[in-house]
Amino acid sequence: MSDITKQSLTELVENIKNKKLSSTDVTKAFIDRSEKSEELNAYITNDFTSAIDKAKKFDQKPNLDLKLPGIPLAVKDLFCTKNIKTTAGSKILNNFVPTYESTVTENIWNEGAILLGKLNCDEFAMGSSNETSFFGNVQNPIDKNLVPGGSSGGSASAVAGQLSPITIGTDTGGSIRQPASFTGIVGLKPTYGSCSRYGIVAFASSLDQAGPMAQNVKDCALLHEVISSYDPKDSTSIDFKRNHFSKELTNNIKGKKIGIPKEYRVDGMPKEIEDLWQKGIQYIKDCGAETIDISLPNTSYALPTYYIVAPAEASSNLARYDGVKYGFRAKGENLIDMYEKTRSEGFGAEVQRRIMIGTYVLSSGYYDAYYLKAQKVRKLIKNDFDEAYKKVDAILTPSTPSSAFKIGEKTNDPVSMYLNDIFTVPVNLAGLPGISIPAGHDLNGYPLGLQIIGKAFDEQNILNIAYAMEEKINFKNKITDWWIK
Amino acid sequence: MSIDLKTIKHISKLARISVDEQRAKKLAGDLNSIFDFIEKLNELKTDNVEPLTSIAETTLKLRSDEVKSKNIREQIIKNSPQDNEDYFVVPKVIE
Repeated sequence: MSDITKQSLTELVENIKNKKLSSTDVTKAFIDRSEKSEELNAYITNDFTSAIDKAKKFDQKPNLDLKLPGIPLAVKDLFCTKNIKTTAGSKILNNFVPTYESTVTENIWNEGAILLGKLNCDEFAMGSSNETSFFGNVQNPIDKNLVPGGSSGGSASAVAGQLSPITIGTDTGGSIRQPASFTGIVGLKPTYGSCSRYGIVAFASSLDQAGPMAQNVKDCALLHEVISSYDPKDSTSIDFKRNHFSKELTNNIKGKKIGIPKEYRVDGMPKEIEDLWQKGIQYIKDCGAETIDISLPNTSYALPTYYIVAPAEASSNLARYDGVKYGFRAKGENLIDMYEKTRSEGFGAEVQRRIMIGTYVLSSGYYDAYYLKAQKVRKLIKNDFDEAYKKVDAILTPSTPSSAFKIGEKTNDPVSMYLNDIFTVPVNLAGLPGISIPAGHDLNGYPLGLQIIGKAFDEQNILNIAYAMEEKINFKNKITDWWIK
Repeated sequence: MSIDLKTIKHISKLARISVDEQRAKKLAGDLNSIFDFIEKLNELKTDNVEPLTSIAETTLKLRSDEVKSKNIREQIIKNSPQDNEDYFVVPKVIE
């Protein structure tokens, strides 16, 4: 059985289609491993019993034309799943059972996949270490003392630890790419408007995107093909012809022009990150593509812009948690007192901090100085990319300024935590696609990732570049199964 | 720039989050260090820059105004902490 969980999604799909494995075999194997992996704390809610029932049902009448035939998988607990508790990692939603399904998960089940459970994440996806979850922090399968990154920390841990063959996360400022980088897996943040936001617990609506997290680029392409769709239920969903990403995947990137932005060489960046980047540039050249030095002059303004825009949107999105319509309610002396106590007891410290920032920047007298200013700088950041893409097809950067840090290391200093997303945030602000692929290890043997940023709706191109580089890098994740007794 | 306790109390009122004295002090410290970091934006001149209000450069689609979900009261009420089957119930607001 243990061999099954080591297989990639592509291999599992093939083995089920060839009838070498049944959906029940595969589902049982991942459940077995998930049950032995409680110490990672990757799951918030499991749905193992009904997963086995669904797998058996699939096997009785298998539809092998589907893209994910009988494949079990767990998803971030930010996606509403009908009749399955959806918490967003928060106390305020800890008893919320959606009566509807998110569009991206619906797309996945329509292609034959089976839900294993809901994965841990930072509360309302606000965090870079999975330490803000009401349900406790998640451990990194690489090392017991390391954070898995965040906010999709449970998702990253589940894929790297082989509890789920593949998963979906969400990325508002790096929440797919940073944890993918910290755990040695692949994570794609699609173009804004590519995947529907319907049924995803909202954090910052102009930045949020769902995307796949996988063991390799091909698996990532396959899942992206399933989740990306036009959806009238999301007013910012964009109607365009989507590629068959996995079928059209090619490692031929000869002649492509890849930009290397000098502003991503930040002060205090460890030498191993710079070395990794240089290695990446060499891989690009080995693949027959060309690298070109470019400038994205407003890069250093991206994080301050993000920490106005994202909290502002969050403060208004999270106004809905008032203890009336759903979720946790605290006792209060009157209506206002009830609201205030519910939100004080129901939200964790980081979420409260961001709501406060957002409320402040939107409050009377400060709007122009902060929110309007941030929207203008956001435009400049987007213009930087537009300008760069006149000369190059894609951009290569490190995914993060360091490898995974220790649990507790940054919890008392919000700004140092925020700095983690320095290379990922500009991509969300500009609405572009970005993929993180594992590209090497630091001196401790912890994984490091490289990010490839594409033009809007050019996912196929960055997947191809990632695919070509993956072959050259030949990365092997160092997982010892330390948590399995 | 400095955010004092009085401002924290004011924002917490607007945000409908009750904070005690200790928490307010912690928040003031955190917000000040975050805003010190945000102030960096003042280095940039943006007078002639159009604000980016929507990242997806498309016009919103219109749809016909039809009722698609009917008789879902039960589903809507289902997750409420307190209800009487027909309505959400809140603490008394009219004396």
